[in-house]
Amino acid sequence: METSATSTSPTVLEIRGLTKFFGGLAAVRNFDLTLKHGELVGLIGPNGAGKTTVFNMITGLYVPTSGEIFFNGTNIVGLEPHEITRMGIARTFQNIRLFPNLTVLDNVRIAYHPHCGYTLSDGLLRTSRFNIKEKELTEQALDFLSIFQLDRIYNETAKNLPYGEQRRVEIARALACNPKLLLLDEPAAGMNPREIIELMDLIHFIRERFNLTILLIEHQMRVVMGICEWITVMDFGQVIARGTPKEIQENPLVIEAYLGKGVTHAA
Amino acid sequence: MQTAQAPSTPVIYQQRQPLIWVGRGFFILLGLVVAYILGTNLIKNPTLFAQIFISGLQLGFVYAMIALGYTMVYGIVKLINFAHGDVFMVGAFASYYAVAKYRLHQWPASAFPGINPTLSVLIGSITVILLSMLVCVILAITIERVAYKPLRDAPRISALITAIGVSFFLEFYGALNFVFSPRFIPYERPFEVVAWYIKNGIHLVMPGQQAPENSVTFSNIFLIIIGVSVLIQLFLQYLVRRTKIGIAMRACSYDRQAARLMGIDVDRVISFTFAVGAAFAGAGGVLYAIAYSLIWTQLGILPGLKAFVAAVLGGIGSIPGALVGALIMGQAEAMTMGYISTPMRDAVAFTILIIVLLLRPTGIFGEPEKEKA
Amino acid sequence: MELGFLLGSLVKIIAIIAYLYGLMWLLARPSIWIKIAGLVGAFGIVQLALTDINGFRLLNNFDSGLLFQASAMTMVALGLNLIYGFNGQFSLGQWGFYGIGAYAAADITYRWINGDARGLLVLGLGALIGTLTLLGINKWLQRFRGIPVLSSFTLYLIGALITGAAAVYLGNQLNPLLTPLLGSVAEPGPLNSPVAQQVIYFLAVILAGIFAAQISFLFGLPVLTLGSDYFGIATLGFTIVVNTLMINSDTILPFPEMKGGRGMIGIPKLTTWFSAFFFMMAVIIIMRNLVHSSTGRSIVAVREDEIAAKAMGIDVAGAKLMSFVVGSFFAGIGGAVYAHYIGFLSPGTFNFLAGFNPLIIVVFGGLGSMTGTIAASFGWIFFLEGMLRVLLSQMGTEAPTWRFVLYPITLLLLMLIRPQGLFGSIEWGFLKGPEFITAPRQQPEPAHKSAI
Repeated sequence: METSATSTSPTVLEIRGLTKFFGGLAAVRNFDLTLKHGELVGLIGPNGAGKTTVFNMITGLYVPTSGEIFFNGTNIVGLEPHEITRMGIARTFQNIRLFPNLTVLDNVRIAYHPHCGYTLSDGLLRTSRFNIKEKELTEQALDFLSIFQLDRIYNETAKNLPYGEQRRVEIARALACNPKLLLLDEPAAGMNPREIIELMDLIHFIRERFNLTILLIEHQMRVVMGICEWITVMDFGQVIARGTPKEIQENPLVIEAYLGKGVTHAA
Repeated sequence: MQTAQAPSTPVIYQQRQPLIWVGRGFFILLGLVVAYILGTNLIKNPTLFAQIFISGLQLGFVYAMIALGYTMVYGIVKLINFAHGDVFMVGAFASYYAVAKYRLHQWPASAFPGINPTLSVLIGSITVILLSMLVCVILAITIERVAYKPLRDAPRISALITAIGVSFFLEFYGALNFVFSPRFIPYERPFEVVAWYIKNGIHLVMPGQQAPENSVTFSNIFLIIIGVSVLIQLFLQYLVRRTKIGIAMRACSYDRQAARLMGIDVDRVISFTFAVGAAFAGAGGVLYAIAYSLIWTQLGILPGLKAFVAAVLGGIGSIPGALVGALIMGQAEAMTMGYISTPMRDAVAFTILIIVLLLRPTGIFGEPEKEKA
Repeated sequence: MELGFLLGSLVKIIAIIAYLYGLMWLLARPSIWIKIAGLVGAFGIVQLALTDINGFRLLNNFDSGLLFQASAMTMVALGLNLIYGFNGQFSLGQWGFYGIGAYAAADITYRWINGDARGLLVLGLGALIGTLTLLGINKWLQRFRGIPVLSSFTLYLIGALITGAAAVYLGNQLNPLLTPLLGSVAEPGPLNSPVAQQVIYFLAVILAGIFAAQISFLFGLPVLTLGSDYFGIATLGFTIVVNTLMINSDTILPFPEMKGGRGMIGIPKLTTWFSAFFFMMAVIIIMRNLVHSSTGRSIVAVREDEIAAKAMGIDVAGAKLMSFVVGSFFAGIGGAVYAHYIGFLSPGTFNFLAGFNPLIIVVFGGLGSMTGTIAASFGWIFFLEGMLRVLLSQMGTEAPTWRFVLYPITLLLLMLIRPQGLFGSIEWGFLKGPEFITAPRQQPEPAHKSAI
């Protein structure tokens, strides 16, 4: 597999000792992860292993009980979610979270808000800057949608779209945030095999096109094994293994976590 | 390939919130001021303080009866049942008509002429209360079926607006002349008020006489309110913990969809919850009317809102929480009336609500927040 | 006769709707001259209808009263629609801010015509240094990361109290400089000429709006962090507390001129159709420009999905606070215009039960539809007042009660039959916002069920 990441690439994300307790329950315990620029890394594990909690802590929706998250060298623990997004981390959600009553175009334009290029007073007074920037922004958003073959349906209400298109709108929206690091939470959930192949192509394409680092949670082993360069496996809130897809497939701990004790051969 | 590292000492971030002392200090200061006002007044005039405390207790136990309905309904359908306060009002009016118009409290005396008068009043009053409870139950089930059930899957706010609409309707429909009329109506009690005063022991206040200076008085109404309220609490605890329908209620409040899959008739459970809450509100309405002896159609609004605040304060969904919250609210209101100013009693209630929601959003007895998806 | 009256009301409602539609259509034209002509014409037509020509007036006193009431209601309801319809925060506090605006503005002009400039000075200085202080504190707080909301609230509160005290002190100091120029009611000074009074009135309206906005900022900062229906109850509590303070404005609060529960009388009736129209159009234009900007989209995004909005880089708390403050600002302006039209303020007007009026209008017109809110404000006032008048003659004193019986029934039916409101999310002409799609794109085709 071609890799754009080498050991000399700068570190984008470094997580050290990340722990989150809900009441007395450790959802994530002592989680470590390092992402180099341009890497495509998978985070897998059984249901309830704490993968989404890790995402929520990286994006600031949860404040970690302890631990540190460095993004491009800055500790982002304790920042507000919107500040983290503005620094360049965008995400999608496991159960798609579009703005259901807005059009596809507005869904994407909302992501431009932090860098829309005009102030509130420009908007209120309708200055020429507002008109120019708003026009630019709309054009950009439409161009963006055309990359995802969504430009024809820009005026559709998001909730009326079929599932696969909603997924693509969500990815398009995340990319419109202009991220350096993209977190995808189960992008292939509920897709049929043909859609999954297209999705894998799409993920490759956007990584090259937008020069991204991607961290991906996924249950579909085909996706993870097919596109990830490195894989981290979690179980009960802890990392149980790291390695290349091939190493992971052969790791007895991983097989045990997925299939239970006593099973020695991967299916 | 690496494996997980040994755990290192964690750094706790939640304790490193900057300037947290500013907010805490503000509320501690506020608490100290309140404590100072109460403390000086307690020392200056202990009997007055005790008297205010008793009136607060009486108010608190009435609020507790209303708060139960809010807390149960909110626990299951996540709806602030605005109309609950008006059900309370209807309970008061039902008993008014039963007593003043139909003399229902005297039926044992007229049916069995030789009966002991005390027993007659007791049975008569219980009948009046039960009748009012029944009226409230029927009203609440009707409201639930007509107004709330069609909106069960609508956004929560639609249901809240509907509840406000129902509340309005009851208030103003009741204010029509051929219904209850918009006037303040003096309430006729089904039994006589007997008061005692405490000064070197407990003495009866003789009819037509005043209690002596510097004594604490309380009445049989006060005792009845506490008794009924405590009985209701115990009954509800039993109902929720020990009976089949109570377990179904708890299941519904935890996860309505799952409860439906388990074969629970959710609609029936919801109706039952409304009915139980309304029955308690009906009893509360009768006792409130007996205690304060003046009723009108907007009687339910503020006690209803304060009872809701009490339910939130105690932790919504929690039955003992409703009682504790209601007692705190009653005291806060009585103390405000006694030591600050009567008009500010409502302001204090809502200030408490806001402070509680900010400091501990789940209330005193509420469960801590669960993990969100 | 009654049927004729009802028909007349219906004709009036249709005429007003057509009028509003035409105005919005004209404002949507690209040429600035057509827009200005539209505004002037729209103002002029009504002004003409209000003018007495040889003893004939198209709109009598009753109708013009409704017109002013409806324009004030439009401002309040648009503010509420911004908070609830666009931002999704269920607020019952709008009526409280309406009352604050009404009393604040009334106090300024009442004192002014009675030779006391302190109302204007204190609120003016408060608006100036208060806003600067709040902005300064905001700037300073940005240095910290993850401040608990209680701490920032406490700091803002302290700042507001100090600047408030400073404004009162300075106002008292500066007052003697102005009093000789003000004169008294019997002998108005140079600053109390009709023109000067109009200027003061405009200032008073704006200051009342700013005052309401400042209070809403302090109140909203902690309270907006509560969940949706808790926020509703807290704001309801706010309205009740404001009403309590109004009833006791001469005992608890130091404002003897407000006369507590008896009601404030003697407010100069300075609202003309020009000012009502001016402020209404200002509110409509500000609202429309706000909604159809990037900030407006972020406000709507918060309503749609808070978590997704956070993940898209939107400052959710900031967006909520902003829509709450702007909505309250509109309410304050509306209240001020109302106070100077009616000339008498009674705490009963600001009872929280009456506060459901704007809510019903917003729900009726359609959440998130400015068109619906404007049309519903006018329609509602004319319809209800018309109905009240018919009913009054039929059933005497019970009519107001019947009105309140029919309100909730209408509301319930609406919730059951058309929960999205009469207008849904339809917008007329100008209110639709600009289209920036110039390149001809293919027509959107209906959503298809096939895969990617």
